[in-house]
Amino acid sequence: MPFSISLTVNGQPNSIALDDPRVTLLDLLRERLHLTGTKKGCDRGQCGACTVILDGRRINACLTLAATLDGSTVTTIEGLAEGTELHPVQAAFIACDGLQCGYCTPGQIMSAVGLLSEGHAGNDPERVRELMSGNICRCGAYQGITQAVLEAGQILSQNNTAQSRENGRNAA
Amino acid sequence: MSLETHIAPVATSRYGSNAGQPLTRRDGLLKVTGRATYAADNHPEGMLFAVMAVSRIARGRVRSMNIEAARAHPGVVEVLTPANRPPLFHDPNERIPPFGFRVEVLQDDSVRYVNQPIALVIAETLEAATEGAALLDPQYDTEPARVGLETGVRFDPSGVGIGGTPKTAHGDVEAGLSKAPIAIDVEVETPPQYHNAMEPHAVVAEWDGDRVVLDMPNQALAISCASYAAFFGIPVENVTIRSPFLGGGFGSKAILNGPQILAILAARMLNRPVKLALTRAQMYGPVSHRGQTWQKLRMGMERDGALIALHHHSLSATSAFEDFLEPAANASLPLYASPAILVEHEGIRLDTGTPGPMRAPGEASGSAALEVAIDEAAEACGMDPLAFRLKNYAETEPATGKPFSSKALRTCYEEGAARFGWSRRPRSAGQMRDENGLLVGWGMGTAVFGCPHFPAEARATLRADGTALVETGAADMGQGAWTALAQIAAEALGLEPDQVEFHSGLSTLPDAGVAGGSGHTASAGLALNQAGGDAIAQLSDLAVNDPQSPLFGAGNIGVTARGGRLYRRDDESRSESYAQILARAGRSHVAGTAKSNRDPAIASGHALYSHGAVFAEVKIDPDLGQIRTTRLIGAFAAGRIINPRLVQSQYFGGMIWGISFALHEEAVTDKRTGRIMNADLAEYHVPVNADVPPLEAILVPEDDAIVNPIGVKGVGEIGITGTVGAIANAVWHATGKRVRKFPIRIEDVMSSR
Repeated sequence: MPFSISLTVNGQPNSIALDDPRVTLLDLLRERLHLTGTKKGCDRGQCGACTVILDGRRINACLTLAATLDGSTVTTIEGLAEGTELHPVQAAFIACDGLQCGYCTPGQIMSAVGLLSEGHAGNDPERVRELMSGNICRCGAYQGITQAVLEAGQILSQNNTAQSRENGRNAA
Repeated sequence: MSLETHIAPVATSRYGSNAGQPLTRRDGLLKVTGRATYAADNHPEGMLFAVMAVSRIARGRVRSMNIEAARAHPGVVEVLTPANRPPLFHDPNERIPPFGFRVEVLQDDSVRYVNQPIALVIAETLEAATEGAALLDPQYDTEPARVGLETGVRFDPSGVGIGGTPKTAHGDVEAGLSKAPIAIDVEVETPPQYHNAMEPHAVVAEWDGDRVVLDMPNQALAISCASYAAFFGIPVENVTIRSPFLGGGFGSKAILNGPQILAILAARMLNRPVKLALTRAQMYGPVSHRGQTWQKLRMGMERDGALIALHHHSLSATSAFEDFLEPAANASLPLYASPAILVEHEGIRLDTGTPGPMRAPGEASGSAALEVAIDEAAEACGMDPLAFRLKNYAETEPATGKPFSSKALRTCYEEGAARFGWSRRPRSAGQMRDENGLLVGWGMGTAVFGCPHFPAEARATLRADGTALVETGAADMGQGAWTALAQIAAEALGLEPDQVEFHSGLSTLPDAGVAGGSGHTASAGLALNQAGGDAIAQLSDLAVNDPQSPLFGAGNIGVTARGGRLYRRDDESRSESYAQILARAGRSHVAGTAKSNRDPAIASGHALYSHGAVFAEVKIDPDLGQIRTTRLIGAFAAGRIINPRLVQSQYFGGMIWGISFALHEEAVTDKRTGRIMNADLAEYHVPVNADVPPLEAILVPEDDAIVNPIGVKGVGEIGITGTVGAIANAVWHATGKRVRKFPIRIEDVMSSR
């Protein structure tokens, strides 16, 4: 029985007609909305390639049924750059060579963005390694990934500091 | 295909322009924004979804399936089984040289291994196809699975690997062993491993009459086109493969497999585009793996540690119906000097999918065993493992006496050992603990990998505006072909990389050969180098024969190409830009082409290898047996380095595969059913970020004017070799336990306190 959900994807509100309750968020994104940046590596929540940010939280899109997401907000890799400006995590992945084949990269980046915004990683490489361990990279780009998350974290915290100073000045 | 980028490139580190510089990846922008298009990202109009049903038994036949139930499921369009599968024009039970294997494409109802395709369900949606496949409920006539050493069928192979020699003898090993005052005898077992590229094998097939376009990850475009043409009875030029990005390959995407053929067949049958992407579990069968080995090494030494005999025997597993034997014993041919060397292979047939080349096929499992045995030999001689390796350093290739084209292994040993602090290593095991009471061990291994070379073609067109279009059908599976090959082309053309438009990853482009054997950069790179040279030569002809050119008459002296200009070799004040030369000649472009290959005299007269040395530290919890690699340092010499940033990443990737081989990876088979019990990424362990310590790769300079005219060797696979042994030897050094079965597990080292 067809039904519809409203789902905001990368800032764009959508009313999505679903004819099938079995559709996962991952397959909705990839096969129906043709947002193919989010990758399917295992379809079992084991590899992290499908990581997206749902209502502010990192999730595996393959383990989430689309029908349960009425009223939700999703950010995918396609929604990260602002216009022509890369997100600091994206830029750091290029600069640190935190990728090889690139297939796990969208998931790695979304995990990194999530954990940095949650403030979990700090400056500690061991914490970053642990927190990024839900995303498998078979090529073995881990060294660059860890470095990229640390560097992007520094840039983001500098930006935040600058932003709060700015806010402080404005308030004064 | 070209790299279409609509976002301005990020300001990335630039250290220079030409080959040798650590440019960031040209495809990085597409990959970090989700716009790099992998096969399964394609959606042609009217596309159907295919899902495979696979066997749950290892041997027998499919007695029945509930095809009606699948067909009746809403959205299901067709169910392909042996009963209605359209004919193929090549017998799938016959190989197609050079790399073709026998494939399982519903030719009959027999089952030869677990996860073999037994039907293909095609539907309007992925969900319907998935459910349709689940409704088939196959019933089997089951025969006992032959999946172990006891039940497999042994045989003497006629070849190993792809076209390799199963037995090589040099000198008299038995005589050497019988007179050796010190001897060791070591047995090492390596498990079945599965490539597990992050991108599951996929294809989107779209027919137009007797022409087909295939979006698929592919490591060997031209060879694959020819094979698909044979299977579908169409001219080779009617097959187009688009493979701009591979989500990892590691050897598993070089050889045709049954599932992809079936999806292409379904698209033709239904006259609609069809997409098939394997599930992760379905990758444990029809798309190759690294076969299991049981290896025996015997070594005889003089009292001073000099090897006098080396015998390496590998029992290598293959499938019940096809031959690919992990050429593991051949790892003992290129490395350690010994007056007598015997390497030999025996086969064992198991009811599994056919194994194939997986990152360092033979080299990885053979090196794992050899480097462990060398460590034991050093211990038996009372020698430091590095001193023992230096004592047996081969100045010429041991089994042939050929000179090495280059071999900077001594420098690798020196620099790696110095960086690691190897000289502070206590000789005997179980001597070191860290501040937390963990057992600490240091081990090392030698890395070595050959330098195959494939024929390749390329085209380089200098255009009126002074930029260039460079084309070759290369494959980038993460190693960095988009970047490194463009750098080689830019250098040959005397241009900056951003003045070079590079097209690749498409079968209609000139044949770039195979992305395998760590030979792609050298092979496709040589073609690009020569095509660029051809274009510059043509441009130079225009200039030196034109009285109006400042270069007129420089034909004998010659010109050099740099920065988009030709310079008179003996007088740099006389130069002219490419655009000026073309404009005055009234030419819109000059097109250089090349067909390159290795000079056969080079290969027959020299031993061609990359080398390296890997040093590992492990820490082991004496109570829990938990093993962590805590330091890993590799020093590698691989000829000329085109892009040190990407090469370092290749070394790191290889070394991480070494960690994985030593401590993580193993497909575990249920002996009763033949089913793989951990066919997923949760229980088939590969390293995650937290498993990987800070790595160091030292790029040891090495000039090699012999291996090929651009001096490039391979870097993609060597990192695994040496690393596995280094970690295993470090485990011994920490605990005093020699674990000779990979992967090394907690239970192997428990009670090491």
